[in-house]
Amino acid sequence: MANTYDWPSVEDRSIIGSRVSRLDGPDKSTGRAKYAYDRNPEGLLTGRLVVSPHANARIKKIDASGAEATKGVRGVVLIKDVGDEVQWVGDEIAAIAADTEELARDAVAKVKVEYEVLPHLVNDEDVKKAGNRVTPDQDDSAGDVAKALQDADVTHEGYYGVATITHCCLEPHGNTVLWEGEKDITVWASTQAVGRIGADLAKNLAADPSLPKISPSDVHVITPYMGGGFGSKFAIDSWGIAAAKLSRMTGRPVKIMLDRHEELKIAGGRPSWYGNVKVGAKKDGTLTAFESETWSTSGMGRGSKAQLPYVLTELKDTRIRHVTVATNTGPARAWRAPRHPQCAVITHCALTDLAAKLDMDPVAFFKKNADLTPRPDVYRAELDKAAELIDWAGKYHKPGAGSGHVRRGVGLSIHTWGGAPHDSQCRVTIEPDGAVTAELGSQDLGVGTWTVIAMVLAETVGLPLSQVKVNIGDSRYPPSGPSGGSTTVGGVSSSTRRAAVNAVEKLKEKVAADLGASSKDDIEAKGGQLRLKSNPKKAMTWAAACRKLGTETISEIGNQPDRDGGKLADQGVGGVQMADVSVDMETGIVTMNKMVAVQDCGLIIDLKTAESQVYGAMIMGICSALWEERVYDEISGAYLNADMEFYKLAGIGDIGELVVHMMTGVYDDRGVIGLGEPPAVSPMAAISNAVFNAIGVRVPTVPLTPDKVLAALEKKGGMA
Amino acid sequence: MSSKKTTEEPPQTRQSNGFSRRTFIQGVGVGTGTAGALLTTEAEAAPAGGVVGPGPVPMTLKINGKSRSLEAEPRVTLLDALRNRLDMTGAKKVCDRATCGACTVIVDGQPVYSCTMLAIEAQGREIRTIESMSPNDPVPRNFVKHDAQQCGFCTPGFVMACQSFLENNPNPSQADVEAGLSGNICRCGTYVGLRMAALDAAKEVKGARRG
Repeated sequence: MANTYDWPSVEDRSIIGSRVSRLDGPDKSTGRAKYAYDRNPEGLLTGRLVVSPHANARIKKIDASGAEATKGVRGVVLIKDVGDEVQWVGDEIAAIAADTEELARDAVAKVKVEYEVLPHLVNDEDVKKAGNRVTPDQDDSAGDVAKALQDADVTHEGYYGVATITHCCLEPHGNTVLWEGEKDITVWASTQAVGRIGADLAKNLAADPSLPKISPSDVHVITPYMGGGFGSKFAIDSWGIAAAKLSRMTGRPVKIMLDRHEELKIAGGRPSWYGNVKVGAKKDGTLTAFESETWSTSGMGRGSKAQLPYVLTELKDTRIRHVTVATNTGPARAWRAPRHPQCAVITHCALTDLAAKLDMDPVAFFKKNADLTPRPDVYRAELDKAAELIDWAGKYHKPGAGSGHVRRGVGLSIHTWGGAPHDSQCRVTIEPDGAVTAELGSQDLGVGTWTVIAMVLAETVGLPLSQVKVNIGDSRYPPSGPSGGSTTVGGVSSSTRRAAVNAVEKLKEKVAADLGASSKDDIEAKGGQLRLKSNPKKAMTWAAACRKLGTETISEIGNQPDRDGGKLADQGVGGVQMADVSVDMETGIVTMNKMVAVQDCGLIIDLKTAESQVYGAMIMGICSALWEERVYDEISGAYLNADMEFYKLAGIGDIGELVVHMMTGVYDDRGVIGLGEPPAVSPMAAISNAVFNAIGVRVPTVPLTPDKVLAALEKKGGMA
Repeated sequence: MSSKKTTEEPPQTRQSNGFSRRTFIQGVGVGTGTAGALLTTEAEAAPAGGVVGPGPVPMTLKINGKSRSLEAEPRVTLLDALRNRLDMTGAKKVCDRATCGACTVIVDGQPVYSCTMLAIEAQGREIRTIESMSPNDPVPRNFVKHDAQQCGFCTPGFVMACQSFLENNPNPSQADVEAGLSGNICRCGTYVGLRMAALDAAKEVKGARRG
């Protein structure tokens, strides 16, 4: 039995590291893939929510009698009660299940709620207006920043920021729930956490003493496909609990998927980040001081510490202060690489402005200061590679040095992330007929998880991909952690490797005598055979080997502990991105010409889906850099663009040329490291810096919308 | 969608009866004219001389070459009829207001946002949905080959928009593809694969006029 699990060496890999098309692709591209939203079990009722029109109010009265009397209505449950406060527009009050979606909407309109309207705050940028809604989160000092700033040859002080954005998952949050008998609950969930939904639902149902006591294992969660989460889909949420209660009440399955405006109001929100930064450096470009005073909003929730100065964590003299502003906006949810994209803007925009004062090319400046990062060599190599791919030397000029009404510029940003493996169990079975199956209670968010598992399994048992089967997306399979923080690929590839190695070892025992092996360690599973390493001609086909099992099935568990990847998985990566933009000085419109991402993530299992992850992160980043922001009316507290017409996302023609360079081969010995978050960090900072290079003036906050670009130009004195 | 010129309507938002997203939005823009525009459209689709609804009425839709009968209120959209009455869930409901294209189907040879066409209005027309596509057809096959999909929720709409675009636009350039598919939105960021998939599928789509 292999005590130390490892990946096969480069020369022994035939599948790992190649470019494989995602196995879920054909079902998705022909509409056969069934999402939670697509489940229509017999007798289905459709539920809709009653939500608050006010940003802050106390509920004085709820009269649902009109809804209950509406034709086709089968059940109403209250999510809030009289006396409760609603704290943002869209806050959930009640859920109604009816025979059809149209009838449920009719019924929602008939619920009468009386409110005592309370004062609200929706503006998170103007911290001076926030009064007692400000809570300190952090005041961390290291060294003596005041002295370092005093001693610096060059200092820079600036204001930077990032607006709150929303996840806008295309499959909205929601579930189809069927509660049968006393305790038999099935949840078709749109979730990133198949293994957690049961416990979350059970805990929440326990608050209602009229319901039977539900254990997590009473809840069968099914999620073979899910339509986007990006960090926002880990919980059962009030609407999932309501769907379960309505199903219990009616004895029928109930589907509640959020309306688009609800999805944007209550189911996603990456915290904003604004603040003032002071930085100082020596004449030669060595960074010596970083001081920041920042604030952000997580809606009415708690904040978290700033990750500043971002990546350049070895800097000796720093002071970091951060506060949270409580606003009557939808609650915060994790978004790819929580805090990192915002802190990248705060840090790298300030440092790019400092480099300009030093009359220094940003590439030279960041290379000079790479020793302040935990991975100096990685960043220097990646800065060189990215500069080559975007032709930095040919395109860079002093900020604002161009002429004409369209100005071109380049900018850069660097980033990091952990990506350690989560805990994961995989069961691999080998049947006497040769069938090989891996089962994991994991989920594929569209990142290629399914495909990666199949590749590891096939590589380990020595069969082609078409001869192995993978089952995921079901809570009845061995548990895997939730898919958050880029932990999944390390977790599932390692547990699958372990289980498959264990299973193959069992099969070797069965055939050792027939192959005349001196030891089973002399047997390898390769090329569809079990054969002797010392004499490959002594071989049995996979099918013949499995026939030796008789009536027995090999069933082995691979157990990947949380965070500890051994030789199979690791954590901690670096990446560099560079952007090339054009800015129209008359309209303020920023256009993407090109963007380059250079990324390491250890051993890559599937290069094709890995690259797709990075392309996707860059495109999401372009969206947030140029267009995305929630717009609230300060007077009414209303959310003005909770739709896809005015909450702007990139279309296919808006992204320019994208280049992804994975540092394959260089860091393979580290094992597998997660990739979902890191490339999502840098785009905003890189694009903001490119705009600065183009027009010679900083547009202080992201998104870089035309009005802000023109305002920045006007402050500078027009386009001249 | 965001920074694009909006002076020209993307070709696939046109519907075969001349009722387009653009004219619809213009209708909305004139306030009381909205109701007028909608009622006219609905009335045209109703049986001659009769007023139908608001309760469920029988209808027959011709989908993927087969007649399908259902009962639905006149206010039910083609998308909701497909998904909720006929269990044809390939077309997705995302924005439900003609912005994102996830619900795209082909009606009389032209792409249509099925969230913005009433089912009753779709009677008598040739409706093609994603359920008519096989994994070996050029468009889905090239979506897989170029990984033009991640979570996959926008994918069926993109496949149908792409299929219709290629049938109507042989030998497109990348700029043509970007204009032709600008009525659909992907959140995961699959546009790089989508560009390649559309250009490669263009070489194979049957029915495309060869230039």
